Formats: sequence, structure tokens, C-alpha cells
Amino acid sequence: MRAAGVTLSLGGTRVLDGVDASFARGRVTALLGPNGAGKSTLLGVLAGLRTPDAGTATLDGEAVASLPLRDRARRIGLLPQTAEVHWDIDVRSLVGLGRFAHRDERTATGQAAVDAALLATDTAHLATRVVGTLSGGERGRVLLARVLAGQPDWLLADEPLASLDPAHALAMCARLRDAAAAGAGVIVVLHDLGLAARFADDAVILDGGRVIAAGAVGDVLTPETLRAAFGVVAHFGEVDGVRTITGLSAA
Amino acid sequence: MIRPTPGPAAPSLAPPHGEGRLNLLLAVALVAAMLLALMAGKIWLPAAAWDFGDPRFAIVAELRAPRILLAAIIGAGLGVSGAAMQGYLRNPLADPGLFGVSAGAALGAVCALFFGMASATLLPVFALIGAGVTMALLALLSGRSPSLVLFTLAGVMVSSIAASLTALAISLAPTPFAASEIVLWLMGALSDRSWDDVKLALPLTAAGAAVLATAARGLDALTLGETAARSLGLDEHRLRAQVVIGVGLCVGASVAAAGVIGFVGLIVPHLVRGLVGGRPSATLLPSAIGGALLLVVADALVRAAPTVGELRLGIAMALCGGPFFLWLLLRLRRTLA
Repeated sequence: MRAAGVTLSLGGTRVLDGVDASFARGRVTALLGPNGAGKSTLLGVLAGLRTPDAGTATLDGEAVASLPLRDRARRIGLLPQTAEVHWDIDVRSLVGLGRFAHRDERTATGQAAVDAALLATDTAHLATRVVGTLSGGERGRVLLARVLAGQPDWLLADEPLASLDPAHALAMCARLRDAAAAGAGVIVVLHDLGLAARFADDAVILDGGRVIAAGAVGDVLTPETLRAAFGVVAHFGEVDGVRTITGLSAA
Repeated sequence: MIRPTPGPAAPSLAPPHGEGRLNLLLAVALVAAMLLALMAGKIWLPAAAWDFGDPRFAIVAELRAPRILLAAIIGAGLGVSGAAMQGYLRNPLADPGLFGVSAGAALGAVCALFFGMASATLLPVFALIGAGVTMALLALLSGRSPSLVLFTLAGVMVSSIAASLTALAISLAPTPFAASEIVLWLMGALSDRSWDDVKLALPLTAAGAAVLATAARGLDALTLGETAARSLGLDEHRLRAQVVIGVGLCVGASVAAAGVIGFVGLIVPHLVRGLVGGRPSATLLPSAIGGALLLVVADALVRAAPTVGELRLGIAMALCGGPFFLWLLLRLRRTLA
């Protein structure tokens, strides 16, 4: 999946300004950047939900925006930032919505995919629960299961850790890694640099709608890029072989 | 492809909820209510009167039967429209009148009354024209913009413009009699309806309900919000067209045949939602049957009530609906608090 020269203005503000980036299947790519950098907008373009003013997002050489709706939906799964669930439906029905584009949520094939997604997110025991009774962490996992149920080639997640406590955030990262290990391309918007360093293979840093660094996560997350993008002096450490990155002070 | 292998622990559950049983139950209740309603009225007619030879058969066949059938058709149309609107707007307080179709149809009918062209055939035609114009206006105003807020506001504005024009027509009515005729008509009623009204309302309502049935899966997808629904492959423009056309046909037909009858479309989806597990698609059918049941029962009570004149059905529904709405708000406040 590639973005080539993607430029997009929203309400007169240029949100994306000639973004070039490529993403690989089987890998987790962290999309990083300060608030307002254009991360969510780029994710929307990659998912085919926003049409850029200039440039294209392509999937296996085809423009994402011109893919037939159902075809696109089967290949690209999106976990939006807003974890909306408007009606008090049960978890199994919610996860079944992931089969929307396949139109098989009532068949054995569809239900098998739902079962697999529930297992993969450790939510099988919640299947008959009503969404309104779930905790924030359970809800996050169930919504991820909804995307996984569609068995997409690409998994695009917009700040999936936003409302999760540290333990659930780690678990969510592990699930995203599992998805990549199963062959999916995972693109995830993150704010936690330490988790990005640990769980992502690649990273793209956006600032002001431009890519300021892209590549393997170890090459991208450096004191210089973090100072440039986030305006922070960062401490790089290691605890028991696990890399940590902490913003120490405003640069 | 992400294909995690399902383990042996996967609990395979049948599609949940007693939807089928609820629908069956409601359908049986509806048939029973319709049969009872054939007997109920200012004059109680026992089942013995349902015979060609009986002199009272004319009352049953020409007065009560079409009226009861019409009540069922209109109730079903309003119920299914309300369920679709609430699902589409993801708002439990939405009502089929919200888009302005109901106000537009009423304005059309009022025009017919105002200009003295209110024959039994012309009035419904005017009402349908009003509904059609409203739907066209809505399509023009919201264009291809995906904004739900813009669309809803457009509907509310169209609705209030139609309501103010209706008020204008009342105030400018040529005679006090014309004014009172308009006011009475606006209150909605099923008295003196004939088989002609059934022939008008049935095909339109059936077509509207069929269109709404095709929107069912799309409404389910919207449960996750617009962004997620679009990423699932939902064509939101198509869904909007389905909802507007479906609701327009059902509500337009109901206003044309019986005037404005509120609250059915608001109350019934609420009553059934909890019983079918909240999925918008699962509320459509029980809302239709439940709406039919509610209106048949309400109209039978209105007919049988020992009042001097007949209480207008629209007023009766508003009298029941208002307190219900308040109760709903109180309950919502409690869950939100």
C-alpha cells in the first residue's frame, strides 16, 4: 500500500501536503506525529474514505478511491478512533458487522470468522454480553474483533490505545502484532513512542502534513526526529532488553 | 488474510433473541385485535352479524372492515418508518415526521381543503403531491453532502416551513367553516373511511415498507458510526435515498388517508427494541406489526368510547403519546445520569 504525493485540504487548511509513504504486508507500521499532524486524515485516505485533492493512495497498484465499495471493504479494515456503538446490541452481533461486505454473517462461514475473531481478541466469553455492560478495555477488544472478523488484508487502526490502561494497551499491541504475523499489513496511529519502538517494525512521522521521517522504527525514532516533530527532548533507555522512550522536557 | 484458526472452545451460538417468537406473538395479537375491533363500536356487533343475510353486515363490510384494515396499514407504515428513522439517525427520539414529509403531505391536503377541492379523491392526491415535493426539496437541499446534521436540519426546516404555511392557510381560510374543517382534518382520524382509502394506502405503504426492508443491513452498519460504516462498504447515499423514499411513501400514504397521526412511529420502535436486542434491522418488522396493533386497538377504543362525538384518533394518540414521551425522557435521564 502506498501514498504518493497525497495532498488534501480540509476547510481551507492544508492537512496533508505531498505525503509519500509505503507500507508492507506482514509488518506493523506506526504512524506518529503531534496532534494535528494529519495522521487520521492520512489513514482516511489510505482507507479510501477521503479523496485527496492531489496524489493517490494505491493498493497493489490500484487507486484505493476507485475500488468498488465492497471490494475495498473486504481488503481494508478500519478501526476508527471514535469507539461508537449506538445501540445496545450483543457482542456477537457487533462483531458480525465485520462481515457486512461479505454478506455472510448469518452463514456458517461468517459465524466461523466471527468465532475466530472473538478468540483472537480473547473475547469469546463476552459473546452474549450487551455492549453497554462492557468495560473500556473489553469494548476496545470487541471493536478490534469486529475489524478482524472481516479478515482484511490491511488493518488500519486510529489510536486504538486511546482509552486503555497500560495492561490493556500492551495487550492491544500484542493483538496487532498477531494480525501482522498472520499476514496482514497493520498501520496504526500511536502516541506512545515507547510502545511504537517496541511493537512496530516501521514508523512514519508526520508533522504539519508532511513526512519528516520514514523507515525502520529504530532508524526513525531518534532524538533529532523527536525534537523536530514533537518539540521534546527524549530519553532513550533500556530495561531488561526492552527499549523505552520518554519525553523529558519541551525542547 | 488474517485467519486465526478457531479453537475448540469457540461457542457457536444460534442467531440470538426471540425475534421470530415476538413477531408471531404480535401477528396473532394483531389478528385477534382486528377481529375484536370488527365487533367494537357505538353499536356492539357480535360475530353472528358477519353474515351476508344479516342486515348489520353492511356496517361490518362497508364501514368497519375498511376502517380497521386502514388502521392496520397506517399503523404498520408509521411503525416501520419510525424504526427506520431512529436507526438511520441513531437517535431514539427520532420520529417519522422529522424529515418534514408528514408536514408537507398535510400542507398538500390543506391546500385542497383551502381551495375547496377536497373531494374524496383529490385530497389524498394533493397530500401525496405535498409529500413528494417535500422529498424532492430534501434531496435538493442536502445534495450529495454526506452530512447527517445538514440533512436533519434541512428536514426540520422544511417541516417548520410547511407547518407555518398550514397555519397561514388556516388564518386566511375563506369561511370559518373551511378553517374548522382544516383544523379538524389536521387532527387525523379514520372515521368514514372506505375501501377506496385502503386501495390508496395499501400499495404505497407496502412499497415503502419494502424499500425500508432493503435498508435494514445498512442501518445495522450505522450502529458503528458513519466512519466505520463507510469503511465496512456502506453506500451512504444509497441508504439515505432508501430511507427517505421508504419513509416518504409510508408517511405520505398515511397522511393522505388519515391526516396526521403522531407518536405511533416514536413509541412502537421503543417498545420492541429491548425485546429484539437493539439491532435496527431486527426492530423493523416488529415495529410494523406493533404499529398496526397499536392503531387498530386505539381506533377501536376511540370508536367504542362513550363520548358524544367521536374523539379524533390523532388527539387520542397525542394524549397517550405525550406522557409516554415524558416517561421516556425521564428514563433516558436516569440512564445518562
